[in-house]
Amino acid sequence: MESKRVIAAIEVSGLVKTYRLGDVLVEALKGIDLSIPAGEFLAVMGPSGSGKSTLMNILGCLDRPTAGTYRIDGEEVGNLSRDGRAVLRRSRLGFVFQGFNLLSRLSARENVELPMIYDATPAPVRRERALSALSSVGLADRAHHLPSQLSGGQQQRVAIARAIVNTPAMILADEPTGNLDSSTSEEIMRIFQLLNDERRITLVLVTHEPDIALFAKRVVRFLDGRIVEDRPVANRYRPSALPETRK
Amino acid sequence: MNLLSAGRVAFRSLRANKMRSILTMLGMIIGVAAVIIMVAIGEGANQRISAQIASVGSNLLLVLPGSTTSGGLRSGFGSAPTLTMSDAREIGKELPSVRAASPAMRSSGPVVYGNQNWSTILQGAVPEYLEMREWNIVSGRNFTAQETESASKVCLLGRTVADYLFGTEDPVGKIVRIKRSPFTVVGVLDRKGQSPQGQDQDDVVVLPITTMQKKLAGSAHVGAVGVIMVQAMDADHIKDAERQVTELLRQRHRTGQAGIDDFSVRNLSEMLALAESATRIMSLLLGGIASVSLLVGGIGIMNIMLVSVTERTREIGIRMAVGARERDILSQFLIEAVILALTGGAVGILLGSGGAILTSRLAGWTTVISPGAVLLAFGFSAAVGVFFGFYPARKASRMDPIDALRYE
Repeated sequence: MESKRVIAAIEVSGLVKTYRLGDVLVEALKGIDLSIPAGEFLAVMGPSGSGKSTLMNILGCLDRPTAGTYRIDGEEVGNLSRDGRAVLRRSRLGFVFQGFNLLSRLSARENVELPMIYDATPAPVRRERALSALSSVGLADRAHHLPSQLSGGQQQRVAIARAIVNTPAMILADEPTGNLDSSTSEEIMRIFQLLNDERRITLVLVTHEPDIALFAKRVVRFLDGRIVEDRPVANRYRPSALPETRK
Repeated sequence: MNLLSAGRVAFRSLRANKMRSILTMLGMIIGVAAVIIMVAIGEGANQRISAQIASVGSNLLLVLPGSTTSGGLRSGFGSAPTLTMSDAREIGKELPSVRAASPAMRSSGPVVYGNQNWSTILQGAVPEYLEMREWNIVSGRNFTAQETESASKVCLLGRTVADYLFGTEDPVGKIVRIKRSPFTVVGVLDRKGQSPQGQDQDDVVVLPITTMQKKLAGSAHVGAVGVIMVQAMDADHIKDAERQVTELLRQRHRTGQAGIDDFSVRNLSEMLALAESATRIMSLLLGGIASVSLLVGGIGIMNIMLVSVTERTREIGIRMAVGARERDILSQFLIEAVILALTGGAVGILLGSGGAILTSRLAGWTTVISPGAVLLAFGFSAAVGVFFGFYPARKASRMDPIDALRYE
């Protein structure tokens, strides 16, 4: 199973999503074909309302497409039930949000443990894996801090630890640097690159900033619910090593 | 998610809102405490009535003498001395449904010992009378059939009479004067307490009915008795006994058909059962009123859970994003509601038990805290938690994760 997870490939074809807003039908995605091989690092760009977030919600199994297929490793997941999608989310997907979305009453470690609480992982295993995930984002010594006691960059790293703790096939990051200053943003992006390089985790990243997109291997640009550009990143930005993590 | 970690999650979020949780519990605490106190008071009243009923004696019938017609004027039952000693004897001996029968006669008068005197009820009876009324002797002995036969001047003192006349002295063997005749005290009766009508049953002197007829009553009708007390074989034979007594007396008195009987048979147990059902209705009413406050407590839980679900929409979204299923969210909020209800219930039981004990101390009422009522209250609070927690919990579990994550 472990090796199969790592080579996960995402296959999306003819994806359509329509919303009903009052009595107006809004077509957020108008037929998307996208293939994301295992180990990809994809940046999704485009103006607001172009359909990026809708795609992310569907890729993250938070939402179902109106039409079209969504396959992970050849397995159709677009039409799973609510609970089926929940199980898929916690076992194969990781989320990183712009607003961090940590639970304020839980410590860093407990936040990282959250996905494992729902798959009945025994408590000692949960603790051990949470601590190792935290140390891989450089926060081993912050395990017992509450989110309010951490800086924005540190909070986002806790969120990354939470996303990787169940060794997912793919991490979906929705403007993860949107609330961070430029040096912290770079820090976060290097962590993503490292996870992509060393663990071969597929990454899909939504961003507005061209600088951030440079960390990815490939860029897809959205406009009005369609993909208008799909190209590899020519001059990819690859800092040699992780900067020293800020205390 | 297993129950333990679900419980821990629920407990933490309740602790995070201490004041709110305590106030919500207060509703349950008051409700459960009210139920416990009210049921304890009702149960206590029930038990007191039952004890009083037992003190009268079980499966008893009372035969009252009938009316007489003199000069066209019909007097009520009990006005004519139509029952006799031999009626009582026949009833006791001949009827298969009857265990025993005792003629009885009442009058009153002063009883004197030394320089003490006490006006009391004089109860004439036969030795079987004590057994029928399940009345024990604490010191001395019962009077005998022989003493009844010979109309001896012996008597038994009720506790109240014994206390007033003798204080701490032992009355057995002493001579008291009843209506100026000397009587030997042969025994002292056990305490019986109040009758269902509220009379002190211990304020009595029991003596052989023959002695009473000859030495004290000065009755114009020698051999007549006041009433006949009849005890049926058991509860199932009361109706039979009632019918057989009626038939026998009609035969003996030659009154023929109903309507002109010179006696009447009353079912004592039936009258007492009526009193018992009245208290039962009262205790049901008390419990019912208290249950309303339990219901209000439950609505309080529902209210606060709804607020809590709305407040924590984002948390619900995050939990769903990381893989919580519908039932995980449902059980989290349901467990929170049940913890609120059960903790409130447990505190309410303690408080209610304390309140019941305090009530019996201060007001002097009998209260009974039955384990059944405590268990029921505890189970009921759990049920309240599940019932009133279900709707908010389901609302939480049905949320759309995308909307929930976007909620500000």
